[in-house]
Amino acid sequence: MVQLTLPKNSTVTEGETFKAAPGAKNVRRFRVYRWSPDDTANPRIDTYEVDLDQCGPMVLDALIKIKNETDQTLTFRRSCREGICGSCAMNIDGENTLACTKGIGEVKGDVRIYPLPHMPVIKDLVPDLTNFYAQHAFIEPWLQTKSAEPEKEWRQSHDDREKLDGLYECILCACCSTSCPSYWWNGDRYLGPAALLQAYRWLIDSRDEATGERLDALEDPFRLYRCHTIMNCTRACPKGLNPAKAIAEIKKMMVERQS
Amino acid sequence: MADMRTPLSRVIGLGSAKSGAHHFWLQRVTAAANVPLALFLIASLVALSGADYLTVRTYLGHPLAVIALLALILSGVWHMRLGMQVIIEDYVIAEGLKTLSLLLNIFFSAAIGIACIYAALKIGFGS
Repeated sequence: MVQLTLPKNSTVTEGETFKAAPGAKNVRRFRVYRWSPDDTANPRIDTYEVDLDQCGPMVLDALIKIKNETDQTLTFRRSCREGICGSCAMNIDGENTLACTKGIGEVKGDVRIYPLPHMPVIKDLVPDLTNFYAQHAFIEPWLQTKSAEPEKEWRQSHDDREKLDGLYECILCACCSTSCPSYWWNGDRYLGPAALLQAYRWLIDSRDEATGERLDALEDPFRLYRCHTIMNCTRACPKGLNPAKAIAEIKKMMVERQS
Repeated sequence: MADMRTPLSRVIGLGSAKSGAHHFWLQRVTAAANVPLALFLIASLVALSGADYLTVRTYLGHPLAVIALLALILSGVWHMRLGMQVIIEDYVIAEGLKTLSLLLNIFFSAAIGIACIYAALKIGFGS
């Protein structure tokens, strides 16, 4: 059966508390998941008090401030700090999102920060996304054609190009897939909303000539049909995309080609 | 023993089952059929509330009533089997236990369906 409780060595314990500097007036507590592969200790929650008067407005600003000034061992991914690279995806205040676009002011009370759910943890807030990236590679996210290469570009009408809007903007942050219970239980066989959104992006591309092969690869009780329209993916997407609709469109294509 | 396969090899697994669309379609077809048939059942139960056995037998002796009831049994049981299969595939991970559960699901659904059909026919045609 699926494991609904944490194994003993994953039970989260209470960690250290790092007090704000004396005289700080606008203090918020950041409760952050910590785990290191370098020792045998269980994961813990460390508490960092941050003076918001001396900090940028986003959760990522606070994490960088903590790492710079309080605890250099705190580990997390980040790069662009403007919601385009997807590196700083994590679970903040119970929802998967990007730390760089999540305002501290949007969170009431303590700011609880965990790594993306149900993924192996490499360290602290860094999940192992190897399987997630392999699933993206599996759907072959590139143009595939059989016709002779045109002299210039593969042409596409404005209307057909518009069909890619809401699909191509995915930044592969993994917020959607790791919010999906079907992906939690069967992530080894179910491709997950992110990979399926990208699959649909190529299925619907008027220039692509591998539609049949792409659908063949997806027609599987686990790869595609583990989606039960739970909609967590659409709710979690920090870019406002709709993976659930893309998956529904793929299911429609599957039925269309049989009748 | 450590799994030395590449991540892509693990994703490919045993390859596509080349099925799933039919199961998906049948689940929707039976769901659509269940809506009017379930309404028929509710209306019948309300109308027959407090009625004696003879009245119920006379009601189910009407061809339309017994045909609708049989259709509901077939569609409902089929839908139940498909739905329980999905739940088993979702939550039972161990291959052996999953296969056994899927087998029991088929037998259980068949037994329920056959028993219901027998009961409906017995009441409808019984003396």
